[in-house]
Amino acid sequence: MSKAERIKAGLAHRYRAERHFRLYGIGAILLALGFLGVMLTVVIGRGVGVLQQSYIQLTLTVTAEAAETGDWQGLIKTSLREQFPEARKRKDKKQLYGFVSSGAGYALRRQVEQNPDLIGQRRAYWLPVSDDVDMLLKDAIDRSLPESDRRITDQELAWIDTLIESGALELRFNKGFFTSGDSREPELAGILGAAVGSALSLLVCLMLAFPLGVMTAVHLEEFAPKNRWTDLIEVNINNLAAVPSIVFGLLGLAVFLNVFGLPRSAPLVGGMVLALMTLPTIIIASRAALKSVPPSIRQAAMALGASPVQVVLHHILPSAMPGMLTGTIIGMAQALGETAPLLMIGMVAFIVDVPQGILEQATALPVQIFLWADAPERAFGERTAAAILVLLVFLVLMNLTAVILRKRFEQRW
Amino acid sequence: MKRTTFAMALVTAAALSGVGVPGQAEAREQIRIVGSSTVYPFATTVAERFGKSSGFKTPVVESTGSGGGLKLFCAGVGDQHPDITNASRRIKKSEVEKCASNGVTGITEVKIGYDGIVIANSKKAVQFELSLQDIFLALAKNVPAGEGKTQFNPYKTWQDVNATLPATKIEVLGPPPTSGTRDAFVELAMEGGCKQIGWIKAMKKTDKKAYKALCHTIREDGGFIEAGENDNLIVQKLQANSNALGIFGFSFLDQNADKVQGSKINGVAPEFEAIADGSYPVSRPLFFYVKQAQVGKVPGIQEYLQEFTSDKAWGEEGYLADKGLIPMPKQERAQFRKGAEELAALNL
Repeated sequence: MSKAERIKAGLAHRYRAERHFRLYGIGAILLALGFLGVMLTVVIGRGVGVLQQSYIQLTLTVTAEAAETGDWQGLIKTSLREQFPEARKRKDKKQLYGFVSSGAGYALRRQVEQNPDLIGQRRAYWLPVSDDVDMLLKDAIDRSLPESDRRITDQELAWIDTLIESGALELRFNKGFFTSGDSREPELAGILGAAVGSALSLLVCLMLAFPLGVMTAVHLEEFAPKNRWTDLIEVNINNLAAVPSIVFGLLGLAVFLNVFGLPRSAPLVGGMVLALMTLPTIIIASRAALKSVPPSIRQAAMALGASPVQVVLHHILPSAMPGMLTGTIIGMAQALGETAPLLMIGMVAFIVDVPQGILEQATALPVQIFLWADAPERAFGERTAAAILVLLVFLVLMNLTAVILRKRFEQRW
Repeated sequence: MKRTTFAMALVTAAALSGVGVPGQAEAREQIRIVGSSTVYPFATTVAERFGKSSGFKTPVVESTGSGGGLKLFCAGVGDQHPDITNASRRIKKSEVEKCASNGVTGITEVKIGYDGIVIANSKKAVQFELSLQDIFLALAKNVPAGEGKTQFNPYKTWQDVNATLPATKIEVLGPPPTSGTRDAFVELAMEGGCKQIGWIKAMKKTDKKAYKALCHTIREDGGFIEAGENDNLIVQKLQANSNALGIFGFSFLDQNADKVQGSKINGVAPEFEAIADGSYPVSRPLFFYVKQAQVGKVPGIQEYLQEFTSDKAWGEEGYLADKGLIPMPKQERAQFRKGAEELAALNL
């Protein structure tokens, strides 16, 4: 067989190999997309219910006396008794009172405080109900099960159905989830506290890690001589990028809390720990960005008489900035998802108040997910999924910013 | 380009000012609580209600585990250390000594109630009726083989352990060794069944170490599966696999009564009343510990104790019972309420 014939004979095989290779690639992508699709459907399917929350309409008169003594829950109980006079026994009354959330009294107080004219008037108020009733309205409790297996008794079901028929129990938009902090009652728990905590921590992290990272990268790339010391530093930076994040938490506990005496659970310390964690990522990305600026730019600037500082500040940095920012945002997105280092510095905690500054107690989004996932109440399952969605939205926004920055400012040489 | 330089300078300046915030030691305004993840749901409920109704700031409650909490608690006196720690077991002598060596001497112990540990399976399967001895024989690494001798656990199915049990494979999902629930389960259920065997009980006096090794070691050949600290996950896995049993806290059974059922142990089902009166054998007390030196310094500690020990919180009809805490009998409640009011000294 001649050479040409041998090549021809093998051609079919080589074409097939190439087709297969491409198919494997497509297969890998499809598989990944499939997993992503399943995850998103499950999380969205479970979490979307949080957008709505059940409220009960109660007609009552806020007396000046009750407003004075603060017996808001008492007013609500009276109104419930008026509506269902057949509940006389202690046990029945307890079930009846269990309809409304333990936070309903505070909700009533807020409405009256905003509008003091309501005192003395008899009118209808919409108040949050307990998580069990809420779960029933959202079909998360199966009515067809025997009574002993449900968290809602037959008696309660009958009352609830009367309320639904008269239009006094319905699902409405759940504003509270986006405007309040954590709570032990699922129907009152909100994500704002954790979101603000995460935002404050990331702000501190950015303020520290970005300038430090960029300075380090510029010095190592543009000014530092190549010798054993800089090699050592470079190896260390690369190693730091692979250190498990919990180690940074331990460091934070030992140095920031115990030596500097900074407050526990504060976003300031959280941000400092996260900054340590993101620094290597930023430095490595920034160095890559600096390296990709062609030497001709540098030489042209120097040829025109620019000093090394002018070369860096006027030419190299602006060209490398999009790459640096992209690296920074990816590092920050990583930091947003961290819980392990925060555990050590006390940010895995139950905090009701929404933090007002970087020295106040706060928690973070992934921590909130972790804490809710651990709670026994079933209604927290829905909140967990919703919190995951909020975190995903944050991540997508950050990555989108990175993509846009790159697309808009990137220079091709 | 000028603008970029300016922006850089601005960011740097902001960063420097961020570092410059001094670690001022201003007096703390809210109570700090750490400790057990089992007590966490109850402590947070009280903290939230206390914060809403009292005018004091809502206490911050961290979930660190019993051991971790006591470690932080015993690290010293002052605003940077927690005021209260929750525990799902009693404080140990070694921990009291550690506390004392750091200047934490006045500690008040408050028992808050009980937590039942249940062994449950899917509602699709039959309910198990186990004795403590069955549990030990099914889950121990080594089991007795005649008087004074042991062998590797040979039992594959529940029927091998006890002829009245179903012939399904032994598959129990439980918490990892870091969990307080696991400690309590080993101590109450495993050891409880272990010491019913005559010669092992006698061994406790002669060779305590061997006794503990035999009674406390869980099998590692797949019969017992460590399923992580998250009890919700165990409930989900039980639903998916109706042959498996799972070990978790009573409040999770209470919330998932439509999906899982608790096994009877020594003939008693894990129900609220049975755990409260002590007839259900696997239940443990829950505690919190207060640093006396901080009472009066941090505003609201005394009032928080009052809220926690009031009948509307920890009583039979209280809001903690709704969250799954098993209340103590009336007398015991009165005793610990008094102790909390007077800040009684710890008595181990």
